[in-house]
Amino acid sequence: MRYWSLNIFLLAAGLALTGCNKPAGDTAGGDTIKVGEFASLTGSEATFGQSSHKGTALAIDDLNAAGGVLGKKIQLLTEDDQSQAGQPATVVRKLISSDNVVAILGEVASSKSLEAAPICQQSHIPMISPASTNPKVTETGDYIFRVCFIDPFQGTVMANFARKTLKLQNAAVLTDVKSDYSLGLAKFFKAGFTADGGKIVAEQNYSAGDKDFNAQLTAIKAANPDGIFLPGYYTEVGLIALQARQLGLTCPIFGGDGWESSSLVPIGGKALEGCYFSTHYSPESTAPAVQNFVKAYKAKYNETPDAMAALGYDSAMLLADAIKRASTTDAAKVRDALAATKDFHGVTGDITMDANRNASKPAVILTIKDGAFKYVETIAP
Amino acid sequence: MTEFLQQLINGLAFGSILALIALGYTMVYGILRFINFAHGDVFMLGSFVGFYIAPKIARLMPMPSIGAALVVLVISMLVCAALGVVIERFAYRPLRRQPKLTMLITAIGVSLFLEYTGQLVFGAAPKKFPQLIPVYPITQIGGLSLNSNQVIVFGVTLLLLLALRFVVLKTRIGMAMRALSFNPEAAALMGVNIDVVISFTFALGSALAAAAGILWAINYPAIDPLMGILPGLKAFVAAVLGGIGNLPGAALGGVIIGVTETLVSGYISSTYRDAIAFAVLILILLVKPSGLLGKKEVEKV
Repeated sequence: MRYWSLNIFLLAAGLALTGCNKPAGDTAGGDTIKVGEFASLTGSEATFGQSSHKGTALAIDDLNAAGGVLGKKIQLLTEDDQSQAGQPATVVRKLISSDNVVAILGEVASSKSLEAAPICQQSHIPMISPASTNPKVTETGDYIFRVCFIDPFQGTVMANFARKTLKLQNAAVLTDVKSDYSLGLAKFFKAGFTADGGKIVAEQNYSAGDKDFNAQLTAIKAANPDGIFLPGYYTEVGLIALQARQLGLTCPIFGGDGWESSSLVPIGGKALEGCYFSTHYSPESTAPAVQNFVKAYKAKYNETPDAMAALGYDSAMLLADAIKRASTTDAAKVRDALAATKDFHGVTGDITMDANRNASKPAVILTIKDGAFKYVETIAP
Repeated sequence: MTEFLQQLINGLAFGSILALIALGYTMVYGILRFINFAHGDVFMLGSFVGFYIAPKIARLMPMPSIGAALVVLVISMLVCAALGVVIERFAYRPLRRQPKLTMLITAIGVSLFLEYTGQLVFGAAPKKFPQLIPVYPITQIGGLSLNSNQVIVFGVTLLLLLALRFVVLKTRIGMAMRALSFNPEAAALMGVNIDVVISFTFALGSALAAAAGILWAINYPAIDPLMGILPGLKAFVAAVLGGIGNLPGAALGGVIIGVTETLVSGYISSTYRDAIAFAVLILILLVKPSGLLGKKEVEKV
């Protein structure tokens, strides 16, 4: 017993020493380039993490099949943050300090990315979020990037869509107060909708994890809106739609990319028919980049990729592209290369980093028809 | 006015489920003077038993139907009753002669064990609970909406409350339960088999939790292994509010918490929902420390 514990102690001490002695910047000294990924593989946002992870893993496979980057294979280290607050910080710290990754990819949910971003910024490790749309994520610092559009754009797109296409006059807003994503999107929707002459007749909120929304929906019903803006995540969206229909609310419900999940329709069912949401891409697009990606993804996973998968793919491809352009894995040089990204041809559109390290890209609007997502229109920035 | 009535209906439906969970808490407390913190997780397991059993039942009989829902409900109650007995036998019985605090901490341990084993076995992602029973709108008059699910929840809670009162007050085993609650040593001397009575109490409490789990899942059909934490906590508060150990008190407490929360969410803000519900609890306990229907206990020296 004592013999074993001594051995383990020595081993641990040895590991700790090698960890400390490694000079910064030389982390890719081996024959692989280590890239860290954190995602919600389990928990209430599990489909987000699973999709983005599958997309990312497909990109790494493609890159390695083509000979890797700078003559080295890429090794993807994935950590699950269980959709729980507090976990992203823990797993990202581990990826940076004990696995010595050259860059971090993740997360979908803005609240999770906001937890990890300060750690990446302090450690000067570039982080690329595939799908966090809250503006604050990249405001954390100059090492934080994203390959998606941001909520001021998404909120405005949905406000214009509600006013012009759905011709709504009175809208209600139901926000998840626990989510930075939901709060941001609600704010920009309200601004855009009222600026265009619409009226917000009811504002209600809930907390992620709630199951009963009858009280809020009854209050919304009393205000008699022609549409409900629901910038939440899919688990609650499904339950809210069900309860809204049971209360006799028949107006369209619409939201943002937090709806995009294969679990949305199984939970909400018929209640979601004729509802709309904005997202990053549609697998129905005929663009060759999209069709090639959909084909490869289907061959590997036997399912149609959603927007999170496409963004996961783009985040890994963009990182590889930046490492190639920088010709090194040195964090500062990779960061500069990422910041200089211009017209990178991604699956979700051409990506150009603006001064705030946000991708400026078009949004697409999908509707739910016969239990499936259908393309409605594309809105350019 | 319509809005207020609708909020009242919403509150009653939500409160009825809380009441059902609270009944289990209060009954175990009444008999053993022990708060079974794993009760909320048995409630979760009730939903999951239903989730796994329903597709099998659907092969034998038409699925959204009253008969199928009843079969699922009964099977889930039986499975959870057995589970309650097992939990009591292995986690609580060995500690019966230890201080009450030991059992309380063990209960928290059992609760965490069930939650995280659940995550491992069922997966952490929310699952869609199948539709067991067709939903009919009962009324849409004047914008007021009431559907069959809400009526079912209310009816089942009332029915189980009455059945429980009957068992406790009118049957032999009920008499034994009351005797045990009054004085365990004297009851044992009078020939009451304490182990059997306690096992029965746990079986009954866990069956109630399972019933609540199924009713919950029918109304809110996204279930996950941590779903029992918050309703369990609120039901515990409801039981204390109504006077812990008192059956009608638990039901009353559940309804009060449900209606308060709904009214606060609807008229003030859902952010303050829990804060105000708990403030109500504190106020009531300040005025009446034994809870609304609780009896004052005389400490004998």
